[in-house]
Amino acid sequence: MTLEPPLRPARGSLSVERVSRKRGEVQVLGDVSLEVVPGEFVTLLGPSGCGKTTLLRLIAGLDAVDAGRIVISGNDMTMIPAHLRPVHTVFQSYALFPHLSVFENVAFGLRIRNRPEEEVRSRVARVLAAVHLGGLDSRAPSEISGGQGQRVALARALVLEPDILLLDEPLAALDAQLRSAMRLELVELQRSLGITFILVTHDLEEAIECSSRIAVMRAGQIAQYAAPREIFEHPGSVYVARLVGMENILEGRVVARTETTARVDLGFIEVDLQEAPTGDSIHVGVHGEHIRLSRLGGPLEGTVTEVRYLGEATRCRVRIGAATLVANVSPREVVRAGDLVSLDIEAASWVGLRP
Amino acid sequence: MKALRLLVPAFATLLLLFVIPQFLLLSRTGDASVWWRLIDPLYATIFGRTVAMALGTTLVTLLVGFPVAWALVRAVPERWRGSFLLLVTLPLWTSVLVKLYAWVFLLRSGGLLSQFMSLFGSDSPSLLYTTTAVALGQLYIELPYMILPIYASLERIDGSLIDAAQDLGASPWTTLGRVVIPIASPGIVAGSVLVFVPSLGSVLVPDLLGGAKTAWVGTLITSQFGQARDPAFGSAMAFTLSVLTLGTFLVFARFLRKAQL
Repeated sequence: MTLEPPLRPARGSLSVERVSRKRGEVQVLGDVSLEVVPGEFVTLLGPSGCGKTTLLRLIAGLDAVDAGRIVISGNDMTMIPAHLRPVHTVFQSYALFPHLSVFENVAFGLRIRNRPEEEVRSRVARVLAAVHLGGLDSRAPSEISGGQGQRVALARALVLEPDILLLDEPLAALDAQLRSAMRLELVELQRSLGITFILVTHDLEEAIECSSRIAVMRAGQIAQYAAPREIFEHPGSVYVARLVGMENILEGRVVARTETTARVDLGFIEVDLQEAPTGDSIHVGVHGEHIRLSRLGGPLEGTVTEVRYLGEATRCRVRIGAATLVANVSPREVVRAGDLVSLDIEAASWVGLRP
Repeated sequence: MKALRLLVPAFATLLLLFVIPQFLLLSRTGDASVWWRLIDPLYATIFGRTVAMALGTTLVTLLVGFPVAWALVRAVPERWRGSFLLLVTLPLWTSVLVKLYAWVFLLRSGGLLSQFMSLFGSDSPSLLYTTTAVALGQLYIELPYMILPIYASLERIDGSLIDAAQDLGASPWTTLGRVVIPIASPGIVAGSVLVFVPSLGSVLVPDLLGGAKTAWVGTLITSQFGQARDPAFGSAMAFTLSVLTLGTFLVFARFLRKAQL
């Protein structure tokens, strides 16, 4: 008789189970659960104070949970202190050791683990090359730029080959151009290494561009956890809709309802929702990009009240009776304030939003 | 050029308060015979004892002062920190003489300490006028000078550095040894100098708490200018002490430079 080998837990998986954390009297995190599959790039997105950095620190073990469990790579790590977890962090301030050179900063974790000198040299050199930081070995952290410091922080965590890499707003301190370049590099690095990345950010663009899934956080809760396209196209609530920049959020009365669908009267139009939240009066949203303007007559007509050129698009405010809709049209279209236009909105573009 | 001009006040102070007095001392030593008298093993013993006491004071204030400074920075909430720091500096507001007389009352037979000890039935002799009393007084006087510079250097350590060290696998003790102490080393060296140098030339503590029973360099020099009426020999000893101090200072400075690299 042969014994089945025990199922090896997947390295790089994370499961946060009903975790709570208080700071003083304030509930920073309340009953949060999150599942991450090995090799995923998950972003915790939300405004400051929503608990995203706290959640990251709990995963790292830098703070202790009040309740709940944190399971990393199949092992319960809830009670394991930070220095024994297979998880490393890139801090927002980079937190480079000022008394150590770039090389020694990256070598820090290996030195603590008493790795032989030869191994330290080769591993540090390899990871410094991977983040394009060759030749700066002997510089002090005070002698390198912000972008380089960011790479050192990244190299210092990656050299230890963590199961999960945690990144706390790593790009926030960089200028816009460098930020978008680093964003791309992060994604490439994550794909080539296959390490699970968990990124904290308040930057929507960053979250959408980098992530396999986004956990939108609000006041210590996860408001929605889904792929970027789903978050953007089908925000579940008014809060998420505002966060992803949905320009048109209206409230309407439910006039007909089946088990899942609903017909909502917005005053100037009746909208059919495939998935509708409960209630007699519900919020409905549509992205400005999904509203087309034309000069041909149509069932829905309005007057352009304001036109703003934004470069990538032109934002038009259109008044329809008592309501105002915002449409983002191609900058090549010529629209002027005062124009009478007809609006074309695909039925599937409307999204029902929980309050 | 501008940098040199900025150094003028510092150099002037140094010249006026250190270099010139040293030459004045030298000019009072008279003929070379006083220097030969210094080689007497008696004085070597006194110098050795004084250096040992100064080193011991430095070491113990460091061992006590570092945890106190660390607790001030890490354990005391920010809004209380000012008040706690005030408590540390409070002894500096009073004259050393007053503080030492307080210790005399504390340590003498029938004083608070022996009363307290007698509660436990122990028949403790007075500690006053012993080397232990001198050591206690020295520690008490010098402790704030160790705590303050270490506190200043610890306070500037960003908490995220400690998080980062632990996150990268350093246990709390490893974090202390590899991150906190190296970064705080300028404060540690500054505190050590501030304690060691005055301890070498301490006069009041051995006089009041040691009862002038045991000779120390400071008391010895003072007595040469007083009872012994031998200012030439006193000047020679004072000059030797200055050189010794300068020497240790240079060693400390070297430590500091190494630590900062």
